[in-house]
Amino acid sequence: MTDSKYFTTTKKGEIFELKAELNSDKKEKKKEAVKKVIASMTVGKDVSALFPDVVNCMQTDNLELKKLVYLYLMNYAKSQPDMAIMAVNTFVKDCEDPNPLIRALAVRTMGCIRVDKITEYLCEPLRKCLKDEDPYVRKTAAVCVAKLHDINAQLVEDQGFLDTLKDLISDSNPMVVANAVAALSEIAESHPSSNLLDLNPQSINKLLTALNECTEWGQIFILDCLANYTPKDDREAQSICERVTPRLSHANSAVVLSAVKVLMKFMEMLSKDLDYYGTLLKKLAPPLVTLLSAEPELQYVALRNINLIVQKRPEILKHEMKVFFVKYNDPIYVKLEKLDIMIRLASQANIAQVLAELKEYATEVDVDFVRKAVRAIGRCAIKVEQSAERCVSTLLDLIQTKVNYVVQEAIVVIKDIFRKYPNKYESVIATLCENLDSLDEPEARAAMIWIVGEYAERIDNADELLESFLEGFHDESTQVQLQLLTAIVKLFLKKPTETQELVQQVLSLATQDSDNPDLRDRGYIYWRLLSTDPVAAKEVVLAEKPLISEETDLIEPTLLDELICYIGTLASVYHKPPSAFVEGGRGVVHKSLPPRTASNESTESPETAPAGPPSGEQPDVIPAQGDLLGDLLNLDLGPPVSGPPLATSSVQMGAVDLLGGGLDSLIGGPNFVTPPAAAVPANLGAPMGSGLSDLFDLTSGVGTLSGSYVAPKAVWLPAMKAKGLEISGTFTRQVGSISMDLQLTNKALQVMTDFAIQFNRNSFGLAPAAPLQVHAPLSPNQTVEISLPLNTVGSVMKMEPLNNLQVAVKNNIDVFYFSTLYPLHILFVEDGKMERQMFLATWKDIPNENEAQFQIRDCPLNAEAASSRLQSSNIFTVAKRNVEGQDMLYQSLKLTNGIWVLAELRIQPGNPNFMDLELSLKCRAPEVSPHVCQAYETILKN
Amino acid sequence: MIGGLFIYNHKGEVLISRVYRDDIGRNAVDAFRVNVIHARQQVRSPVTNIARTSFFHVKRSNIWLAAVTKQNVNAAMVFEFLYKMCDVMAAYFGKISEENIKNNFVLIYELLDEILDFGYPQNSETGALKTFITQQGIKSQHEDKRRAIPDHQPGDWANWLAAGGHQVSSERALPGCAGECEPPHVPTGGKQSIAIDDCTFHQCVRLSKFDSERSISFIPPDGEFELMRYRTTKDIILPFRVIPLVREVGRTKLEVKVVIKSNFKPSLLAQKIEVRIPTPLNTSGVQVICMKGKAKYKASENAIVWKIKRMAGMKESQISAEIELLPTNDKKKWARPPISMNFEVPFAPSGLKVRYLKVFEPKLNYSDHDVIKWVRYIGRSGIYETRC
Repeated sequence: MTDSKYFTTTKKGEIFELKAELNSDKKEKKKEAVKKVIASMTVGKDVSALFPDVVNCMQTDNLELKKLVYLYLMNYAKSQPDMAIMAVNTFVKDCEDPNPLIRALAVRTMGCIRVDKITEYLCEPLRKCLKDEDPYVRKTAAVCVAKLHDINAQLVEDQGFLDTLKDLISDSNPMVVANAVAALSEIAESHPSSNLLDLNPQSINKLLTALNECTEWGQIFILDCLANYTPKDDREAQSICERVTPRLSHANSAVVLSAVKVLMKFMEMLSKDLDYYGTLLKKLAPPLVTLLSAEPELQYVALRNINLIVQKRPEILKHEMKVFFVKYNDPIYVKLEKLDIMIRLASQANIAQVLAELKEYATEVDVDFVRKAVRAIGRCAIKVEQSAERCVSTLLDLIQTKVNYVVQEAIVVIKDIFRKYPNKYESVIATLCENLDSLDEPEARAAMIWIVGEYAERIDNADELLESFLEGFHDESTQVQLQLLTAIVKLFLKKPTETQELVQQVLSLATQDSDNPDLRDRGYIYWRLLSTDPVAAKEVVLAEKPLISEETDLIEPTLLDELICYIGTLASVYHKPPSAFVEGGRGVVHKSLPPRTASNESTESPETAPAGPPSGEQPDVIPAQGDLLGDLLNLDLGPPVSGPPLATSSVQMGAVDLLGGGLDSLIGGPNFVTPPAAAVPANLGAPMGSGLSDLFDLTSGVGTLSGSYVAPKAVWLPAMKAKGLEISGTFTRQVGSISMDLQLTNKALQVMTDFAIQFNRNSFGLAPAAPLQVHAPLSPNQTVEISLPLNTVGSVMKMEPLNNLQVAVKNNIDVFYFSTLYPLHILFVEDGKMERQMFLATWKDIPNENEAQFQIRDCPLNAEAASSRLQSSNIFTVAKRNVEGQDMLYQSLKLTNGIWVLAELRIQPGNPNFMDLELSLKCRAPEVSPHVCQAYETILKN
Repeated sequence: MIGGLFIYNHKGEVLISRVYRDDIGRNAVDAFRVNVIHARQQVRSPVTNIARTSFFHVKRSNIWLAAVTKQNVNAAMVFEFLYKMCDVMAAYFGKISEENIKNNFVLIYELLDEILDFGYPQNSETGALKTFITQQGIKSQHEDKRRAIPDHQPGDWANWLAAGGHQVSSERALPGCAGECEPPHVPTGGKQSIAIDDCTFHQCVRLSKFDSERSISFIPPDGEFELMRYRTTKDIILPFRVIPLVREVGRTKLEVKVVIKSNFKPSLLAQKIEVRIPTPLNTSGVQVICMKGKAKYKASENAIVWKIKRMAGMKESQISAEIELLPTNDKKKWARPPISMNFEVPFAPSGLKVRYLKVFEPKLNYSDHDVIKWVRYIGRSGIYETRC
């Protein structure tokens, strides 16, 4: 007789029949009836009406029937709490049954009945069961504490069950220890600070001993718990590792992975010089490889973890490439993961084999897999330079197959190969162009367009090719549109004669007919660039690009370290921290690897995991973008001067001129539409370059105060005038670069972001050399210090007073204006020392009416002190004379705009009553003199 | 920990549902059905996250087993548990089928109550469970007498042959006795030792003792079990070489020739040899000629299956086939799956040998001499494939 018949009773009046049967005198009949009830329950029928009748069957000494009734109770007690109370007495009685199986069953089931009223009655029986003589009852009671904690944490604490549970960690029976550890670990997760597990060398020792005796599951609980412990030093770490390594030979993959987790974590503390470190590394590889012989689902979990391990410690599996080769019958999820690891392990030593494999994979059936294989070939080319040529020819073979998605994928990766090895494989472009028509995916189309634009000068019909894409411009995806815009601008800069119309067409499509802000803005940027200064445009658009890095998809190092602490768990499968997929506070305690012991730090640093691109690469790109940004800023934030025209008008003018002005005017420069302020010399490319070096100076030169005098910061913009933003600042000049040191304080209640700065035109063409970079949003009451590099190639306009600077600062709230006076000495250049003869000639040459006399009062300095102090601010002493006990210093200085100022400084040392200095200044532009004098005074008196 | 466990039939109907944690609601059952079982596309991962709930599933024939959780559980443990659950069920009632599950649902609930407490896996050795489980397994009447083997038995481990495998059987397991045997890696009888890459052991083996003394000491559980698995990649004698030759004659014809060579002592006999040669999907007819054994084209399996009952060592045999193809306009080329092979040989291709087996039984006062011990070596193919 089978149980399946219970599933078939669906007649009406079934409940009544069951009721009668449940109340039958015959045990067998009762049992059958309860089975029927449970069957109905399973398929989702409501049989809660039978509650009292089923509970009546509970009082029996038949274990089978009792279990059936308990099963029912667990399901329905919650919806019938009042009825559930009826069962309590039987439970309590069962907890004292002479049969340990019944005692355990009772306490287990009671814990599953999640009704508040019942929990009160649970405490006494649970207390007894926790101290039961039978280990089976104790291990069940240990889990019951966790159940009770889930219902009523306070009750568990008040009743002292946690202490009893802790005692069970020292139980003689390993099953009890394992369950106690599991229960405590879970409870501890919801009280991160409680130190419930109280891991110390003694308790760790107990756990390690129990580890040898436990069931496989118990070993997992213990190992997972051990992984949370941080040994006090490397010796303790090593001794734990030694006792954990035998677990690597366990048949249960979860035991192996949990052991790997403990080892990977504690290895952090071991010195690399240690013999044991090397031994441990060697021991880790075989078990990891063996995991790949498990069932496919486990292989998947193992592969996801190996992916992390390979990133953290590439040396472990570097010789094991072969085991990651894909088998024909592997499920797709295993194949994809293996491929990922193959790319990570590819090196010069194994590349031939890997390529042969990848080529096979590229002919398989599964589209995703084939694509990934093609992509992998490209990654190999980028990673192993020696193989690049073979990779490219393999990709060309694949393109010849004409399988649509293979061709598209190949083109996408070839684009990357071009980036990595410029001017090496362009001979294949012709083949690529043949496949233009078959490309229907945005990524492939964009890649192809990029190639055409980048190598426009080598492709005869580049304009035709790009034009053909332009026809359906508005149907293309954004990615393709942006690429097309850039490519055509590149083409125009390379072959201006034939492509005027094309570039105009794409610019107007992008700016006037598109709703996409990215596209529109990029269009405007190009337009402005082309119209302002085509030479600059060329330098920006056709600038040399930094090479792409070898490794991609690397997990960010801190996340990687965290994930290593979660080896074997879901987090390691998702490659996400638990907080990303676990609700509430449970299990989201942030874990991190133990810090290395101090003695090892020196040995560690050179071998840290491969980081992203070398840090030098980034600034390469950013300043360029920054300058564009600054330009854009001009558009909507320009102070009320006759600065750049508004966006729309600029566009129209640009358009007209594009039509009118021919090639010559374009290359020739300034007579294109140049903003009125373009009196700036033609080296407009320079700001970018100097901006770059400024940035570097900034990082290297901070703190080395070798430069000129710096005034303390003054408040320039009080908070009340700027909706809570307070700006104070000062100007500095250090080794040839000027900067504006700003201190931004947020005195408002809201977070400030999106800072930008803009200067009005000024007497010396001071302008920011880089955008204002406030890296994080500025929270209320936060202050940030920024050093903004300046240059003097901005637009010039004489201001009153001469050293007046009008500044506009923008943030997410508003735009604010203020003005400040800068000390003139920041403009004194380093090569301001004039030859003696030259000095004399110039002095004579400048008419006398240009001479100005000043007195600097109360300055008790002798000639040497004054001279050296002035020299550090780039005022150079050309000659010195002593006339009638007075020291005469003849000095020169040069301003950034090339104006020379000559000075005669008269000092009367040894005369305590007369401590004033006399200064005569001669300059062709006499209006600067008062400011130079002011500079003298500031420098000498500070 | 595991929050719940569901078993579905191929239609997605729930056969068994056991929820251990409050955070798993009834809608979780439906979520898995809708998003995985009824999903239009093939499942791309054995772990699925739906609305912050994670589902682990394994499939046995057309039955789905799914474990559910909302926590960051030990994923490897959950899968190991699901496999173990399948093994235990198979041991009780044979094949995991809808019929058998419905027939044994009370037993399954009882098992789930015993081996998973509040989502923590508990002792799940079939032998040990006998003490606790009251229900009897009910096997299907249709099922033949031979012991049902679960769909994906852990025994068919991928490198079984490539690595070389052998079985050690003890005729009767003596309850409570301990065994010890010498592992490989130690020179046996003056012969060369063999190097194995890695090995894993059943949980009854004292791993720390193996680690320190290199001998396998264990207390065997009741019944048959897999004591040890090992993996080796060096110095393996591959018992068979397969040499395929595929020639495309025009667009509608394919000529295939496969030679197999046995590479072991001529006095030994390999058994149950089966060679499976895949054919393209558009095959219309096949003519086969083979020197030895029987060969048949099986259209439903898209393969020519060539069976040879016995073959001695150092012999060679050959099959040739002409495959007629229907013209298709399918652009994609045939993926050419590998030729696979199955067989049994009476030795361990890895060269691994059991050096000694000692039995200790202090309680019943057995001496090691009283026990009849025998060792049989069988090398059975796992996945034995050749690209063609």
